[in-house]
Amino acid sequence: MGFPLLSLITFLPLLGAAIIMCVRGEEQVVASNARWTALWTSLITFGLSLILWAQFDKTSVDFQFVEQLSWLPEFGVSYIMGVDGISVLFILLSTLLTPICVLASWESVQNRVREYMVAFLILETMMVGMFAALDFMLFYIFFEAVLIPMFLIIGIWGGARRVYASYKFFLYTLLGSVLMLLAIIALWYQAGTTNIAELAEYDIPFNMQVWLFLAFFASFAVKVPMWPVHTWLPDAHVEAPTAGSVILAGVLLKMGAYGFLRFSLPLLPEASFYFAPFIYVLSIVAVVYTSLVALAQTDMKKLIAYSSVAHMGIVTLGIFTFNQQGIEGALFTMLSHGVVSGALFLCVGVLYDRVHSREIARYGGVAKIMPAYALIFMLFTMASVALPGTAGFPGEFLVILGAWAVNPWVAFGAALGMILGAAYMLFLYRRVAFGRIIRDDLKSLLDLSPREYAIFAPLIALTLWMGIYPQSFLSFFSVTVAELVQEHQAAIGAASRLAGL
Amino acid sequence: MNWTLALPELALALSGLAILVFGVIPKRDTTFPCTMLVLGAFLLAGVLVLAQGEGTAFAGQYVADAFSGFMKLLALAAAALGLLLALDWNEKERLSRFEFPVLVLFATLGMMVMISANDLMSLYLGLELLSLPLYVLASFDRDNGRSAEAGLKYFVLGALASGLMLYGASLVYGFAGTTNFDRLADALSSPQDVSNGVVVGIIFIIAAMAFKIAAVPFHMWTPDVYEGAPTPVTAFFASAPKVAAVALLVRILAGPFSDVVGQWQQVIVLASLGSMILGAFAAIGQTNIKRLMAYSSIGHVGFTLMGLAVGGESGLRGVLVYMAIYIAMNIGAFAVLIAMRRDGRAVEGVEDLAGLGRSDPGMALAMAIFMFSMAGIPPLAGFFAKLYVLLPAIEQGFWLLAVVAVLCSVVSAYYYLRIVKVMYFDAAKPGFDARPTGVSVVLAGTGAFTLFFFLFPAPLLAAARQAVAALIG
Repeated sequence: MGFPLLSLITFLPLLGAAIIMCVRGEEQVVASNARWTALWTSLITFGLSLILWAQFDKTSVDFQFVEQLSWLPEFGVSYIMGVDGISVLFILLSTLLTPICVLASWESVQNRVREYMVAFLILETMMVGMFAALDFMLFYIFFEAVLIPMFLIIGIWGGARRVYASYKFFLYTLLGSVLMLLAIIALWYQAGTTNIAELAEYDIPFNMQVWLFLAFFASFAVKVPMWPVHTWLPDAHVEAPTAGSVILAGVLLKMGAYGFLRFSLPLLPEASFYFAPFIYVLSIVAVVYTSLVALAQTDMKKLIAYSSVAHMGIVTLGIFTFNQQGIEGALFTMLSHGVVSGALFLCVGVLYDRVHSREIARYGGVAKIMPAYALIFMLFTMASVALPGTAGFPGEFLVILGAWAVNPWVAFGAALGMILGAAYMLFLYRRVAFGRIIRDDLKSLLDLSPREYAIFAPLIALTLWMGIYPQSFLSFFSVTVAELVQEHQAAIGAASRLAGL
Repeated sequence: MNWTLALPELALALSGLAILVFGVIPKRDTTFPCTMLVLGAFLLAGVLVLAQGEGTAFAGQYVADAFSGFMKLLALAAAALGLLLALDWNEKERLSRFEFPVLVLFATLGMMVMISANDLMSLYLGLELLSLPLYVLASFDRDNGRSAEAGLKYFVLGALASGLMLYGASLVYGFAGTTNFDRLADALSSPQDVSNGVVVGIIFIIAAMAFKIAAVPFHMWTPDVYEGAPTPVTAFFASAPKVAAVALLVRILAGPFSDVVGQWQQVIVLASLGSMILGAFAAIGQTNIKRLMAYSSIGHVGFTLMGLAVGGESGLRGVLVYMAIYIAMNIGAFAVLIAMRRDGRAVEGVEDLAGLGRSDPGMALAMAIFMFSMAGIPPLAGFFAKLYVLLPAIEQGFWLLAVVAVLCSVVSAYYYLRIVKVMYFDAAKPGFDARPTGVSVVLAGTGAFTLFFFLFPAPLLAAARQAVAALIG
């Protein structure tokens, strides 16, 4: 076992949180210390995760950077961390978004800054740990523990209806997760281990697969969120502070889709195949219905929240196509959505910090007052619409390609989503950025500050990079996905041969 | 006769008598020295328990094994923490009388006798030795109507439970011909020959024990007594006696009555389901935090009983682990309740916690940890407690219990979250009075245990497994 890089990345933020907790003194000093400590901790964490990026062997399907410690030996539950092509980029996404969130909250959060930064650093630990966990029980612990800091972030620093939103977020997710816990225990009892690599070798009877799939589905579908269990998301997004929305959209939503990819597909191939049409229907309903709902929104954050549900519908669709293009597209869409929707929430945050309103009707003609801002906002709008050359395009294109191979009508549903997506995003952009300036107080708005440029710069670079040269990201997971698809087909083939006999 | 086996109990009893004399002779207030002496006696008893051998004594009336050792240490720890919390409270409420620690000591002695009972006679002896001091403690604030009411209610219902217990014991004796647990086990070893009289007797005994641990449907006294009794007494009620009663249930059901499992398992399953559901739903509307904790404790008892209903080595181990973790969380939460005092007066509304996140961040953090832990959110200790009773339930195919349990834990998360919400989200109220040192010590200890249990779960698990192995053999 080499240097425990993954554990370091995972738990370094906790160290930062502990340091912040120890700071004493006047409120101003404490706040400033907390901000700087959080920023540096998250930047160092990001720097360490870049080592992961550099040293990751893209040609291998095995788990890399593996660490193992015995934890609950009699249950065969160990502390195992490791990454493969599917998870490594999500760790980078989490560590990238955290310093951005810290910076985004630099001035907008003035209240209990210390607790706020501690919550964000704990959240980072949980997110990274979740993506790196190679034991199902360990995964569950990180997966669930995310609820605590997020509940506090929405509830303490949120908007007017924050209590309702935080409760809904917490209880909805908990309800799904506890069913998954039962499934994990059943799986452990059946297979005698919760190690993901060992579980993948284990053949589960079809009957049990169905039940397990439903239990996993209860948890992951809420987290994704899929229609019709998405209703917590608009509330949580609208009430959460800007940085909370960024993390929520950027990373937390990916946890559900990641769960499908990591557990449902490899462990329960036949049940996944069996339920695929059901997932297609839910995904297409999500894509079309939530896009239409997004068209009718008057609140900017709510609109972007609904667009997230639509994009995640594309992701679940891609995952359950079970072919190389579909799954790669889903993974790419997850990453690009993490960057783009996070950036869109930051764009809303910029306006909200200045005007303290998220009403679309409150704005108009912003492009004339804040040209630089309008340009950046336009870039991310286009990326969300999936304009070729931006981050949104390759993923959605691949998913549609993959879906076409399964069923052209499914592909048609996904394509419809792209059209509607263009409609609501452009409609939003027109109403906010163009038109006459109807309110005088808007005229005095200042364009982006250096700090805000610093926040947006990496996201702009990534958006363009992902759009122009997607291969540098696709190459991370193509081998792993190929292996996944191959194993899935083998399992389905074996099952159907058995049925044929 | 191997009387040295009972050395912990003997030492505790003798020091109790000595402290009584020491407390009564001086003309001044001796509460503080008496409390310290009782804590010392607990410590001594704990050391003796650790050093205790194994075997039976007093003609098979008394048994010492790894199980009794585990449970006794737990009961002693819970009693000591409860006593620590009472010290400052009693002084501020002008209740400082030296009898308080002595009563706690004798109640604890009763628990230890119960835990080590190997005969229905010694079991009853221990039960009464536990109950009588508890009745007095419940009404310790004797000038307060609510406290007196709590004491009376507890006494009337407790006496009823004792009656049930005695009646059940007499039935078992009448139909099985012995009161000794080992010989009962022999007599009941072929379930088809067991007469209905024994079964009825067992059910009576279970009912009496269910009363002591406040399991549905014998829970009705709990909210009233918890609310009326002085808060440290409530903290004590909700922890130590439960350990003893659960230990007793485990010992008799897994010991002499283990072969007639088909007769009592249904009862425990129903009590478990009822307790979990009631604990989850009835607490939602409570505005008094002591009542809320009462219902919460009923819910936790339901989880504990789930492990007992499932039985087997892993089920019983789940019970022990659950009790240990529950004690830590519960005492910690009650420590916060005891520190809720504004301008010298104790307050006990949930809303009184408003803004604690600002006025006392340390205490609010500890309370939030206990609440999230009780709701079963990983990586806190409460999650592992639930995990270790869910594991055997699923292993043995008790799906109904497992599904109801997790759904109830989601429902109960609602009211645990409400406390977090009140502390952190609501506008601040004036802060509480400075928190007493005893509370801080208890908070730090139990909080650290709850938070960091996941790092070092092995010792507790190993101890629990050893204890269960001694029981099942």
